Amino acid sequence: MGIEEKLPAGFLLTTVEQIAGYMRKSSVWPATFGLACCAIEMMAVGTPDYDIARFGMERFSATPRQADLMIVAGRVSQKMAPVVRQVYDQMPEPKWVISMGVCASSGGMFNNYAIVQGVDHIIPVDVYLPGCPPRPQMLLNAILELHDQIQNSKLGVNRVHAARAAEKAALEATPTHAMKGLLA
Amino acid sequence: MADRKPPQDKEPGLGAKIAGFGVTFGTMFRKIETEQYPEEKRPTQLRFHGRHQLNRHPDGLEKCVGCELCAWACPADAIFVEGADNDDAAGERFSPGERYGRVYQINYLRCIFCGLCIEACPTRALTMTNEYELADDNRADLIFTKEQLLAPLQNGMLAAPHPMVEGMEERDYYQGKVSQATPEQAAWMDQRERELAAADAAHDGKDPA
Repeated sequence: MGIEEKLPAGFLLTTVEQIAGYMRKSSVWPATFGLACCAIEMMAVGTPDYDIARFGMERFSATPRQADLMIVAGRVSQKMAPVVRQVYDQMPEPKWVISMGVCASSGGMFNNYAIVQGVDHIIPVDVYLPGCPPRPQMLLNAILELHDQIQNSKLGVNRVHAARAAEKAALEATPTHAMKGLLA
Repeated sequence: MADRKPPQDKEPGLGAKIAGFGVTFGTMFRKIETEQYPEEKRPTQLRFHGRHQLNRHPDGLEKCVGCELCAWACPADAIFVEGADNDDAAGERFSPGERYGRVYQINYLRCIFCGLCIEACPTRALTMTNEYELADDNRADLIFTKEQLLAPLQNGMLAAPHPMVEGMEERDYYQGKVSQATPEQAAWMDQRERELAAADAAHDGKDPA
């Protein structure tokens, strides 16, 4: 019809969403939330050997109010749970969470009364990262996965629609307790 | 105390300050050690504990015998195994010998990659690969099932189920007397495929839903 059909896709017609997504993903500032051994690997990602600065993320902030990404690295004890939640609540929108390591993701080998069996019991998690602890490349891989999510996230009305659709799908899905068959 | 000044040596001259920048300048010419991760992946150590793999015998039968020793050894209770009997009469032979692992699941959000399951495995069915890119956005997809864990078919292998090599026993598989799938096994597979297709066709004809 017009000039847009002659242009290569994504050259001129990138939507505002795509631009915003690109901007957001290129400078995600992580909040330091090292809780155990995974934090050592998280620190290793900041070293010149892996250099998280390549993704614009070298500014690990100790203040949640200046952070977009929470990397929960390590087992979350019941006592730490309210703190995790508070730090998450203090972060401004938009915010994302990577659950680093098996302990944060599901409790890992610590299936006992002291450990929260997955940090997603307290805060919404965007990327789960297995490993005990995950090697730095695995964390970078999780970060790239998150970049993908951020790039494709919606804005404004679309965001509301997407959230509604996700909620509807979640409500219609079979709850785990009603599932039959193998659920190891 | 406020009037006492710290002992001062001679003020470092301008030369010393510039010499300090020499370190900064020199670093620019040093080799960059950073691993450019997504583009260039540094290989792991050969014995790196990565994702598991369920191995096969050279003719494609599975090595797992469904003994559940891996599940018992697992300190994190990440493995779930359910064994079942091989049944030659019904055409359901997945491994040489008596039993096979009917269900095999590893929960990678529990697995700590310690390798105790590999040590426990009596048939070397379970080993670890060097693959480590496992991040996902939900918990359900990180429970890997048998289909995801089974090793890909190599040359000369046929996907289970199929009968054992003619004239071989379970022991012969472990003594390395089986090197690849035989024509008899391939013929059996072809026949089974035809039977299944015929059964499907008959079923479709009978039940025009």
